[in-house]
Order: sequence, then structure tokens, then C-alpha cells
Amino acid sequence: MFDTALNANDLIFLAKGAGMTLVVTAISVFFGTVLGIVFGVFRYQVGPWWAAPLTFVLDVFRSIPLLIQLVLANAFVTTVLGIRISGFTVACGVLSLYTAAYCAEIVRGGIESVPLTLRRAARSLGLSWRQDMTNIVMPLATRVALPSWIGLALGVMKDSALVYIVQVVELLKSTQILITRLQEPLFLLMVCGAFYFLISFPIARFGGYLEKRWSHD
Amino acid sequence: MFNYNFRWNQALNSLPQMLEGALVTIEIALLSMLIGIAVAILLTVFRLSGNRILSAIATTWVEIARNTPALFQIYMVHFGLGGFGIHLSPFLSLLIGIAFNNAGYLAENFRGALKAIPDTQARAARSLGMSAGKAFRHVVMPQMLRISFLPMTNQMVWAILMTSLGAVVAMNTDLYGVTSELNARTFRTFELFAIAAVIFYVITKAITLSARVLAARLFRY
Repeated sequence: MFDTALNANDLIFLAKGAGMTLVVTAISVFFGTVLGIVFGVFRYQVGPWWAAPLTFVLDVFRSIPLLIQLVLANAFVTTVLGIRISGFTVACGVLSLYTAAYCAEIVRGGIESVPLTLRRAARSLGLSWRQDMTNIVMPLATRVALPSWIGLALGVMKDSALVYIVQVVELLKSTQILITRLQEPLFLLMVCGAFYFLISFPIARFGGYLEKRWSHD
Repeated sequence: MFNYNFRWNQALNSLPQMLEGALVTIEIALLSMLIGIAVAILLTVFRLSGNRILSAIATTWVEIARNTPALFQIYMVHFGLGGFGIHLSPFLSLLIGIAFNNAGYLAENFRGALKAIPDTQARAARSLGMSAGKAFRHVVMPQMLRISFLPMTNQMVWAILMTSLGAVVAMNTDLYGVTSELNARTFRTFELFAIAAVIFYVITKAITLSARVLAARLFRY
């Protein structure tokens, strides 16, 4: 099982795929988080009625399979709008919005966890809305939100395996390509799975540790 | 701006086929959920048993299910087991892959739920003369399932969404598979997948709403 036809070039090919997974994840998590914070604060600030359209759109992103979102976005941009655009851009765009949909929920939960009396106290001490947000709400909300955010970021990394559908060769797709050539599914899949696991597991553990530690006080 | 002719009629003509696919999707999700719950309970018992080997099995299962992509797990069931000479149909591979994933996530939910149940309850049950198994089955487990009802609903929604991953094992009878086959024949990609998206949305909403109704009826004190 372990005498394999895998050579150095194939390993580089796999490493490139892994790099692509990480790049797509990093871009999507970054933009998704920025958007998610904006959406989350907006939703909290304007109240449920005015935020209803946004809530609905974000809910749609969470109720439709990512695979279909990717196919739809790709078809919409390339054939309906007729814009020539790389699959990579489509993948990052869709994953960013997907991340934002979940992140908005986490941000809102974080803000809601800050006691209203505390914020009123801050405002009555003369802090502006902005000062209240950055100096009072943000530090406290981060404590509540960070563990879930870590979980979200890892989820996006795992979900980024789906971007193969828009012709982005990431880790799982490059593994698949090698499998068709080398016919060693078990060994290659284990390498691929080990990569995901080695990134995801320590970070997930760290998130669990933070959650446990911060929930005490 | 739109140089594209939408042909919704053509796509809507295949709606019956897609609805049939939706039934298969729901069937897979339900089955995978039932298997997942059963296995997750078993894994929870393994963890509680205090036996080192059994709890190692449970931990390994949970960590692999939670730390690798679901797509990878389904791929592994189909092609990885193929390496051992076990060839499963796409339907079975998809079902087992999703059930594996469900079991891992649910076992973790159950563990969280167990923390909310006071130890004293199990002890009281034991001192009433129940065996450890009976105490778990009659006292701890019902509460555990009740507390994790909401996470279970979420997992059910996830299971519905995960059925679309059957694409990777050439599954062609579920909603996603049917849609992509129709697409290969007609090339109305946008229209077909938009309809599929609407169907998925309706299914997930129906599940969350019915779960809410069910919870209100089941869990009133």
C-alpha cells in the first residue's frame, strides 16, 4: 500500500492544490468577516423590521447548497451577464458572501451578549456611539464571538473543497486528478485527508480552549 | 445588459423530474439522520463507558468527521473503500458518507447536552436500583435528545444541503444529480439551478418550521 508511484512533481502538484485551498479560504474569510461585521451591526442597529430584506438574503445563502450557489453564480456572471471572469474570482465571491451570511449571525449574537445597561452607562458617561462600539462592545463581543468565528473559518476551509465545480483546482480536486492517473485512491486520499485534518484539528482545539477559558469569567 | 434569453418554460417542463429528485434528497437526508442519531448515541455510550479503546474509537470518529470536508468523506467512502475491493452504489456511498458526518457532529452535540444534565440524576436513578444501562436509557438519554433537539434540526438541514455533494460520486437520482443531468442535455444552467435552489430553500424552510411546531408540541411542560 505504501510503495507508491507518487513522485516529486506530483507532490508539488498536491502542494499547489493545498496552497489554492488556503488562498481561497483566506480571501473568503477576510472579506466574509468584514462584510459579516457590517451586516451584523446593521441588523442589530436598525431592528428586525428594517433589516428583514437583508435577513432574508442572508438566510437564502444558508439554506441553499454551496455547490448550487457556485454553479448559479458562475452561470449568472458568465452567460447571463456575459462577463469573462475566472472561476477563482467567482469562487472567492460566493464563498465570501457565504461566510458573511454566517458571520453576520455570529456578530449579532456577540453584540446582543453585551448587557444593554453597560452600554447605556457608557453612553451616559458621554461616549459617542462609535466610542461605545469600539471600546465597550467590541472587546466584550469578541470574547463571545471568537470561538464560533474560528469554527466558521474552519468550516469555510472545508467547504472550499466544493470550488472544483467552477474549475478551481484545490487540494481535493488535485488529489482526484492524481488518483485518475496513478490509480492509488486510498493512499492519495489519506494524504489529502491528513492535510485537512492537520490544519483543522489544532485550530479547532484552540477554539475549544478559548471557549472554555473565556466562559469562566 | 441582458443578452441572454431566459427560457423558463423549458426548465419548468422538467419540474416533475426535479421534484422526484427532491424526494430522493429528502429520503437520503432522513435515512442518514436516523443512522446518524443511532450511531451518535452509540458513540456517546462509548465515551461514557470508561473503556479506553471504545472511547478512543468514538473520539477518532468524531474528530475525523468534524475536521475533514464532507465531500472528502463521501469521496473516501466511494473510492477509498473501492481500494479495499468494496464497491458501493452512489446512493449507498452518499448515504454512508452523510451518516458518518452526521454521527460525528451529533455525538459532539450530545456531549454538550450531557453537560447540562446534572450527575445527581443518574446517581439517583442508580440508587433506585436501575442498572447503568437502564439509567442511561430511561433518565439521561431522553433529556439529552430533548436538549439537543435544535442542533439536530440544524444537522438535518445540513444533511439536506450535503446531498448535493453526491455529484462527486456520480449520483444522478437526487435533486442535484437530476438537475445537472438535465443541464447536460439542455444547457439551461441558470434556469435549472435557480429552480433547484428554490426547491432546496423550500425544503429547508419546511424542515425548520415543522421542527419548531414539533418542538412546541413535544416539549411543553
